[in-house]
Amino acid sequence: MAIEFESPKPIVQMQTVLKTVAQEMMRSKSRYFDEHEHEIPWDYIEFIHSAMKAMGGASLTPKEPLPSSTGSGEAGHKRSPIGYQLLATQIEMLAWGDVGIYLNTPGGGLGAAAVQAAGSPEQCAKFLARFGEEKPTFAAMCMTEPGAGSDTSAIRTKAVLDEKTKEWVINGEKIFSTAGDKSFTQYEKLGKGFIVVWASIDSSAGRAGMRAFVIESGTPGVRIVKLEHKMGIRVSDTAAISLVDVRVPFENILGSPTVEKTMTGFKGAMSTFDATRPLVAASGIGVARAALEFLKEKLKENGVEVRYGLPRQKLTNIEREVIDMEIMLKSAWLMVMKAVWMADNKKPNALEASMSKIKSGDVTTKITQKVVEILGPPGYSREFLAEKWFRDAKITDIYEGTGQINRLVVARQILGYSGSELR
Amino acid sequence: MVSFEPSEEQQMLVEAVRKYASNDLRTASHEAEESCELPKKLVARGWELGVLQASIPESYGGFGEHSAVTGVLAVEELVFGDLAGALAVMAPSLFAVPILLAGNEEQKKEYLPKTIEGVWHPYTAALIEYAFDFDANDLRTHAELANGEYILNGEKAFVPFAKDAENILVYAKCDGKTQGFIVSKNVAGLSVNDEREKLMGLNALPLYRVKLEDVKVPASNRLGGVSGHDFEPVFASMHLASACAAIGVARAAFEYSRDYAKEREAFGVKIAQKQAVAFMLAEMRTEIEAMRLLTWEAAWKLDQGKEDAFTEAYLAATGAADMAMMVTDRAVQILGGHGYIRENLVEMWMRNGRGFAMLTGLAIV
Repeated sequence: MAIEFESPKPIVQMQTVLKTVAQEMMRSKSRYFDEHEHEIPWDYIEFIHSAMKAMGGASLTPKEPLPSSTGSGEAGHKRSPIGYQLLATQIEMLAWGDVGIYLNTPGGGLGAAAVQAAGSPEQCAKFLARFGEEKPTFAAMCMTEPGAGSDTSAIRTKAVLDEKTKEWVINGEKIFSTAGDKSFTQYEKLGKGFIVVWASIDSSAGRAGMRAFVIESGTPGVRIVKLEHKMGIRVSDTAAISLVDVRVPFENILGSPTVEKTMTGFKGAMSTFDATRPLVAASGIGVARAALEFLKEKLKENGVEVRYGLPRQKLTNIEREVIDMEIMLKSAWLMVMKAVWMADNKKPNALEASMSKIKSGDVTTKITQKVVEILGPPGYSREFLAEKWFRDAKITDIYEGTGQINRLVVARQILGYSGSELR
Repeated sequence: MVSFEPSEEQQMLVEAVRKYASNDLRTASHEAEESCELPKKLVARGWELGVLQASIPESYGGFGEHSAVTGVLAVEELVFGDLAGALAVMAPSLFAVPILLAGNEEQKKEYLPKTIEGVWHPYTAALIEYAFDFDANDLRTHAELANGEYILNGEKAFVPFAKDAENILVYAKCDGKTQGFIVSKNVAGLSVNDEREKLMGLNALPLYRVKLEDVKVPASNRLGGVSGHDFEPVFASMHLASACAAIGVARAAFEYSRDYAKEREAFGVKIAQKQAVAFMLAEMRTEIEAMRLLTWEAAWKLDQGKEDAFTEAYLAATGAADMAMMVTDRAVQILGGHGYIRENLVEMWMRNGRGFAMLTGLAIV
């Protein structure tokens, strides 16, 4: 034990590889896909899938704790798990390439994260194995509804057990499902994906009655209603999905099929967030880093070098802005690192996960906004990607819990308040 | 590896420092600020914790090894108790740590043991100058080599314990670079103002203006010897101390206002149950954590000799200073009118909070 910040070798190696991918397959296509909304980046999907298979990790989901060192000579030496750390680092680098294209990375995504957090070992084995198979495969999370955003207790989608057939019958409407289309629609180039739908099995029980259901792609009654047209991350599909009398096998419920007074079902959803919030934070940081690096490059071209170590009084405004942005970016990344380090070491990290998300949401929006501002008219032009990063970055403070919801989570944690004490 | 868990030794040290900070420093804090005096016994007890002694190797009279990471952990805890008290306890570091980091063997042998042996002695350093654009890398005080000795001229501000200090490490511009010079008490041309500095905060800490008029310093007293030294690691260690001190003050203000918000009622509920207050606290907590991690990483980089360590220490100090201003301001705001009353320490912390942007050089890890 010691305070250390040395990236483990496997992570450094992975970063080097992914940087090339990010540059060659993502950054170079950024503008094209931004201007061709909803076109699927097949080249990236197929390449990253085969590359990840070749590297041994079939998806961006940490299935088992990864060893921290690839050396084989130290049998018996206990290695710290670094699965989430590796994942956060990968995501940051891919998002640095292009966050919209990164959201097209096959593998479990948020759907698989939900299965991992709330599913039994059998369910994990059954639903997660597919991501390592021949074809790239997607899974999505469906929680938000037209009338239920941050307030998940307002979810109206219902699941009723048909006692005769032992099937769940699900009805409702879901929106804002990232990769919902690629997870549900049976594209020839893709493997069989699934969506994880949150529904109430007992509307009188409030959040305690909330459960997640795995719905396989192509299941009758599910319809992709539309793909949203968005401010940024346009290459990522954001689906609206309707569910009419959708029949789901009994065993596809994640968590207990009966409602106890406890909040296990809802807590399942929330513990998913403890794992995924730092990862979403990492994706925002990738965008912000791209923007800040670009700004520094442009400033250098124009003869502006940032002088470090000077008192504020001697700095130009631009230098001061750049220095402040570097402070934001570095500290936000370290908050992600701490949250994933805790996840890897099985320490409860609800506070750190939400703080990392707050910080990332704040700094990614601020940095990208500032970069466009400092670049002046060219910053606003679509000739450069700065304006796109500005649009892409904003979602970081919204999805996977808005900045405000995360403030609520943090406030409850630090004050020791329940949801009813601090509403 | 990446890890955020202090070593067992560090945890023990932090625990001991925390006890002293809460039981001794904090309880004396208000009285010391009002009376402009720190009780001698209070400083003596803090010195006995051995934070500095443990960072000096045995060969120079200490019992440990220098580590910036251990330093930032300890100083945050000390300052959590009281900033002025912490700076007093750690004042001898201002003299000893630069000698340890940049001094030559003779200087280490001569000065380190006597600085740390036995009870607390007033050893100090003079970096800050009284100018709006004060820049540690472009000092007005200067040193010229003449006939085998250095002649120092200039004026230093906010020098802790200068009146009684056995030795002062004076920083001056020499051949365009910032260099340290070991100046002894009572040397001709060195004069310390009788009157203490009067600042917005830090009233309990005796700070003085120091004048140097043709002060002659033997060439062997240049830090690092005749060829001098690299100022960057010293400056970075000052930045780190400033950063973790800012975090200590901010944490004190955060915890105080958090506890107050959980007690104080308005409109039938605790004010902490209002999002307007709760969100302020959430942001304060988040920013404290952000700057602490940046400071830890910078300290680790300095210990490891990473090339961007100096820049990162500067970033940590800059960011932590802004953070401390924001957090301490909000702490006063959360207490409302009560926050403005001097009996509640938040107002002092807010005055402390403003200082970090210009007071790098009052502490070193």
